[in-house]
Amino acid sequence: MSKTMQLLTARCGKIRPDSVADYIAHGGFSALKKAMNMDPMEIIHEVIDAKLLGRGGASYPAGKKWKQLYEIEGTPKYIVCNADEGEPGTFKDKVLLEKDPLSILEGMAIAGYVFQSHDGYIYIRGEYREIQKLFQAAIDSAVRANYLGKDIMGSGFEFNVHIVSGAGAYICGENSGLLNSIEAQTGRPRVKPPHLAEVGLYSKPTLVNNVESFACVPQILNMGGKAFQELGVEDSGGTKLICLSGNVNHRGTFEVPIGGVTLRDIIFDPEFGGGIPDGKELKAYHLGGQSGPIGFPEQLDTRYDHTSLKKQGLSIGSGAVVVLDDTVCIIDYLKKVSEFFLHESCGKCVPCREGNRQLYMILHKFANGLATEKDFERMERLSFTMATASSCGLGQSATAALDSCLLHRREEFQAHIDGICPVCLNSRKYGDQYAY
Amino acid sequence: MHIDPNKMVTIKIDGIPVTVPSGTTIMEAARTIGVKIPSLCHHPDLGVRAFCRVCLVEDSWSRRLKTACNNLVDEAGDITTNSPKVRKARKTILELILANHPQDCLHCERNGKCELQTLAAEYNIRGNIFDQVWKPVPRDMNNPALVRDMGKCIRCGRCVEACQAIQTTNAIGYSGRSVDFRITTAFEKPFSESPCVYCGQCVSVCPVGALYEKDDTQRVWDALDDPNKVVVVQTAPAVRVAIGEEFGMERGAIATGKMVSALRRLGFDKVFDTDFSADLTIMEEGHELLDRIKNGGTLPMITSCSPGWVNFVEKTYPDLLPNVSSCKSPQQMFGAIAKTYYADKMGIPRDKMFVVSIMPCIAKKYECQRPEMNASGYQDVDVVLTTRELAKMIRMAGLDFGFLPEEEFDHPLGLGSGAGAIFGTSGGVMEAAIRTVYEVVTGREPESLDFTACRGHEGIKEAQLDLDGTPIKVAITSGLKNARVLMEKIRAGEADYQFIEVMCCPGGCVGGGGQPFRTTAAIREHRMDGLYQVDKNQPIRQSHKNPDIQTLYSEFLGQPNSHLAHELLHTSYQDRSKH
Repeated sequence: MSKTMQLLTARCGKIRPDSVADYIAHGGFSALKKAMNMDPMEIIHEVIDAKLLGRGGASYPAGKKWKQLYEIEGTPKYIVCNADEGEPGTFKDKVLLEKDPLSILEGMAIAGYVFQSHDGYIYIRGEYREIQKLFQAAIDSAVRANYLGKDIMGSGFEFNVHIVSGAGAYICGENSGLLNSIEAQTGRPRVKPPHLAEVGLYSKPTLVNNVESFACVPQILNMGGKAFQELGVEDSGGTKLICLSGNVNHRGTFEVPIGGVTLRDIIFDPEFGGGIPDGKELKAYHLGGQSGPIGFPEQLDTRYDHTSLKKQGLSIGSGAVVVLDDTVCIIDYLKKVSEFFLHESCGKCVPCREGNRQLYMILHKFANGLATEKDFERMERLSFTMATASSCGLGQSATAALDSCLLHRREEFQAHIDGICPVCLNSRKYGDQYAY
Repeated sequence: MHIDPNKMVTIKIDGIPVTVPSGTTIMEAARTIGVKIPSLCHHPDLGVRAFCRVCLVEDSWSRRLKTACNNLVDEAGDITTNSPKVRKARKTILELILANHPQDCLHCERNGKCELQTLAAEYNIRGNIFDQVWKPVPRDMNNPALVRDMGKCIRCGRCVEACQAIQTTNAIGYSGRSVDFRITTAFEKPFSESPCVYCGQCVSVCPVGALYEKDDTQRVWDALDDPNKVVVVQTAPAVRVAIGEEFGMERGAIATGKMVSALRRLGFDKVFDTDFSADLTIMEEGHELLDRIKNGGTLPMITSCSPGWVNFVEKTYPDLLPNVSSCKSPQQMFGAIAKTYYADKMGIPRDKMFVVSIMPCIAKKYECQRPEMNASGYQDVDVVLTTRELAKMIRMAGLDFGFLPEEEFDHPLGLGSGAGAIFGTSGGVMEAAIRTVYEVVTGREPESLDFTACRGHEGIKEAQLDLDGTPIKVAITSGLKNARVLMEKIRAGEADYQFIEVMCCPGGCVGGGGQPFRTTAAIREHRMDGLYQVDKNQPIRQSHKNPDIQTLYSEFLGQPNSHLAHELLHTSYQDRSKH
């Protein structure tokens, strides 16, 4: 039996992405029609029953988010779709944006209907320039077919979607930074509280969800929240798009029911990754992008769902799975991760700005065989402080990968102090000039 | 989260139940049980940024540590302000800041008054656990007033908040990201090429030595040590109610007598009072106002005592320059009179006279160096020292301020009325002007000299006055954000005032950029009270009744707004919107 499932991706490749006719022929807009005859609270209850956990990375229950926003007074409310898919190793939103943009628009329109909102924004990362054009074409055709715009399907409800382009900053994927960026302010996260549900875009109550989350909404309404939940596990329903990359035979996006596969399936099953190329061994795999934890071969039999992974100290995050074979030195890899966060930190809060800098310097020392035992303590303190004291998710999760490596592979760090890391000995010499 | 200030919320902080109004921050709530939560970026008068992350506390509802400066009691469980986790995180953050700090405390401007230094001591930091990453940055000293040393900056953002939210000058802002995140002027230009008005509110809130006034104490020492110079000093009204704070006196304590004796002991030949020239300003400005009303001049007339404000008009509202009174500020009037009338009277050659001002202000340093401020043929005021710089000199001279005797100002430029004294607070110039104008127009003394409508700390105050059938409507504002509101009104033609008093710094000179550090709105009020007390204690409370002012006019100037008065006491402005 096949372990994949075609739910969100069912239409991908089978329809012209900007064709409303094709979309409707494949079951599109039925959920929006259904929604227009429902009470907003009923819709929210369906989303709650669906146990849809946010697909952007933080896995916040979408139903809860919707209910909170619904209870907040104030108009207008804004619907924002986060399509700033900046997490390295993540390209699942791209698939939906490119191949089935109308499903995202349908999800946004349903949210718009629930919150009686007239304006939705989709913030698409600047690197997806071609997709932005395609997405605009999809919006235009939906407006022409009266599924968006004024007086949708004769109901009197108006909902418009505007595209805003990112310009390459990872931090703009953080929801409050994203809203600042839409407002043409500097893309730095805001101070919270107030929460975005209360004081969001243009200081109005705002819903921000990920592309994949919005795409799930029509599915939930079509099949019912309960049925959607039953696709997955008890506390997390539906399917998940995973992005497989790195040292693995088949790279790409796959859709799996949550909890339906194990990590071993994802990496080794011929239907998914198909194992490590060139007869190499699996060394580690990085889950959920750079901000996620790193897993090791001994954890391969963990089921791919939020709870099971959490017990192992792992997480789904954005759905990225980056596979590393045994030619990768884990310190080198962490150094790259750290460099990424050092480059992308907005710099306003001390733990993230100064912490990432110090962390990078320490990993640099390890990589060059210049570290000492004292650096373990430094790393531990940095990791604790950055994770607990940073202002936003960037700083809080910047050390997730390091933490899992320190927990499971401390000996590799030690090997670098002692100068006996087998990978490094094979590839190059220790003692490069320490510089940063 | 619904905030209702009438609702009380009870939470536990360190096991102690605390009941505070809804909307109170954890930091404020902790204060009520005697817990001081440390912070570097928080300031009671400024918006919350939560950049420094030093004010961390543990919350039973949250896995992560919370910042006490912005999180409210409404959304908090049991708070722990002192736990191993909290101490570890706070200390690590301080060490991270110090790793990017020059740590040259011994020769830093803020040595002994630095909030980072204090916290480092409180957290028992004994060395650098992290590698130093600090790199030197060139200082911006390209102006007569301010020094900006970004090498010391800890990026707390207080200065930006003061510049953008309080003053709306927008001379500085954030730029760059990650380790390049920094506070800069537009296009990294020096202050002299920015909209900066040198108000020094950024200096006042800076927790470290990144922003400070240009130190001119050595120039004053040199003048004092020069036997060929006659060194005359004037002291601004707001200094006497603030200088005491530098020496442990109560907030707002009146230290006029001690200050005079300290100045004398420092070696100044004559100790005079800017209150005197404030009275002179009232004479000139009051008559200018009456002249404008009578002869259809540009109205509303706006005061020109505050140099930061004058800079602001020149740089931001050049089209409103005709509204600004042509009167020089009291400091410059003093300089002009000292180097002409007084020097000639005493037979001191003008070039041998050295005029020092003690001001609560940083913009005065810029003002005294304006090329047009040389009515005597020489720079009228040679050096401006801030309140803080005077305190520095007193300390250096080893004077025990508290033990100094109370002494009187010298004559004739040392006698000021109560009206001159309240120049140091927002609303004071207006009240002083009304006291004189009322009598000039109606020919009788006002029933009460206390025009309380002018008093208070509101951003914009309005008052109406009836001068025997001539209604006069006035407005009073302090802080450039509020001034901007009135200026926009004038531009839109909606301002029906005759006279507007504007002071650049919030609360007026009592909150000036040169006042002792850690000035807050609460401290400003104490100083305001002090000045009104000084006024109350004065036998003469109207400028035109100051006998020395009367003598000055009869002996020297003739009439207010006379030709000589115009030459010495009035100035002109220019459009500086291109900086």
